[in-house]
Amino acid sequence: MNKILEVRNLSKIHGRGCPQCFDTTGPAQDTNICPHCGSVVAAHDVSFDLYAGEILGIMGESGSGKSTVVKTLFFDETPTAGEAVFFDGDAQYELFSLNAAQSRWLRNHRFGMVYQNPHLGLNFNVSAGGNIAERLLMSDIAHYGEIRSRAKALLARTEVLPERMDESPKRFSGGMQQRVQIAKALATRPPLLFLDEVTTGLDLSVQARILDLILEIQQELSTAMIVVTHDLGVIRLLAGRTLVMRYGRVIEAGLTDQILEDPQYAYTQRLVASAL
Amino acid sequence: MEPILRVDGLSKHFQLHEQQKLIPSCINVSLEVYSGQLTALIGPTGAGKSSVLKCVYRTYLPSSGRILFFDAKGREIDLALASEHQMLELRSREIGFVTQFLHCLPRKSALDVVSEPLVARGAGRESAREKAAELLAMLNVPERLWGVPPATFSGGEKQRINLARGLIARPRLLLLDEPTASLDPATTDRVVEPIETIKAEGVAMLAIFHHPELVRRLADRVVELAPPVVATELLETCAH
Repeated sequence: MNKILEVRNLSKIHGRGCPQCFDTTGPAQDTNICPHCGSVVAAHDVSFDLYAGEILGIMGESGSGKSTVVKTLFFDETPTAGEAVFFDGDAQYELFSLNAAQSRWLRNHRFGMVYQNPHLGLNFNVSAGGNIAERLLMSDIAHYGEIRSRAKALLARTEVLPERMDESPKRFSGGMQQRVQIAKALATRPPLLFLDEVTTGLDLSVQARILDLILEIQQELSTAMIVVTHDLGVIRLLAGRTLVMRYGRVIEAGLTDQILEDPQYAYTQRLVASAL
Repeated sequence: MEPILRVDGLSKHFQLHEQQKLIPSCINVSLEVYSGQLTALIGPTGAGKSSVLKCVYRTYLPSSGRILFFDAKGREIDLALASEHQMLELRSREIGFVTQFLHCLPRKSALDVVSEPLVARGAGRESAREKAAELLAMLNVPERLWGVPPATFSGGEKQRINLARGLIARPRLLLLDEPTASLDPATTDRVVEPIETIKAEGVAMLAIFHHPELVRRLADRVVELAPPVVATELLETCAH
């Protein structure tokens, strides 16, 4: 198995920060707000490896820092400290020391992101097909007919009716918007995909079909994925390994079935016990 | 002959933080499993038989002891210490687990449920389905059920789907947790046959059976676990 991503000691502070920030926050202190300077420690000392084709779950409640981790890796936020190396065939990239052009290139070509809020991932001023075309244009396809047929194929694969590809996604249901987001993220066949609470707020039946779709895609394309969710069911279904986060720290990591059946820490035990 | 699995002084307890309790499960278990043989775990309810299987599969983290597995390349791996990726690799290639209950999505056909482990490790969907069909035929699951989700199946049919799922990836070591629980004698025979077949083909098995009769029929070695001990208050135990 090949390593595709290596994250070491990733930290992110919102605010000016002070030398006491890390010592005065965390699960033991029961807060992520530094009492000295009022900064929020969104993530601290997060380290993990991701292998090609595997799905890693990051689980935790709101404010635990799970989204911060994927947002820094997708260049939506700048980390305060830490390193991340992306291994892409023979090339390797130090994600946090790239210039703007390099990081934009990785975002557009080699990474994909599906946000909880479709407004972040889609341009509602253009059609569903246009959203995918945008991404294809940024990778090196410029022929109109080819772009259109690729967009159509991608929407068909994610079960969006091809008759609706010329409509704006703002008229779509929440589930369909997520499907367009997934199609857009997959357009360049990225080896690494980030999924941030992608089924949160959707109907159960819609959730199930989107999760099935994600699993099928993972098996077809062996895309490595980081799935951020507070939903134990999503973790159980998708992730082989799971990190549990609280107050910005990884408090427990392991095989998903072990985390769910034999959680070691008080917080994880409470979390698993409160599942419906 | 060298064993494929050697469990040495394995203990497992659960530390429940909220309830401030230490719940002991299996205590100081040692056993060996050989290729082409079946080791049966027996003992009263609560002795920790299932916990032993789950520790081997790492669904539970062992509290102490060693779980030495000898992989296809002849390497010795302590499953209590193996990395998560090593465990996932072993689960996909060498170690199978047939649990007491079939856990699967209510929207997947029996054929897809059975072929899943092969697809997950990169096999083509169609070839995996063919292999699954072969196994279901061997296990005598009526063909009219193959396209249906197993949620509505009878206990015996579910057990056989479960077993087929455990067998399809051709594990070198198969863990079986009461594969015949709650089956009538005729259906039990249906499950026993393929177990005998794969044993003859060289698969090593560590199994828990409900009926002593099955232990007599199938087991080459028997390991008896001691009766359970009472839970202790966490505060006392941790006092040292």
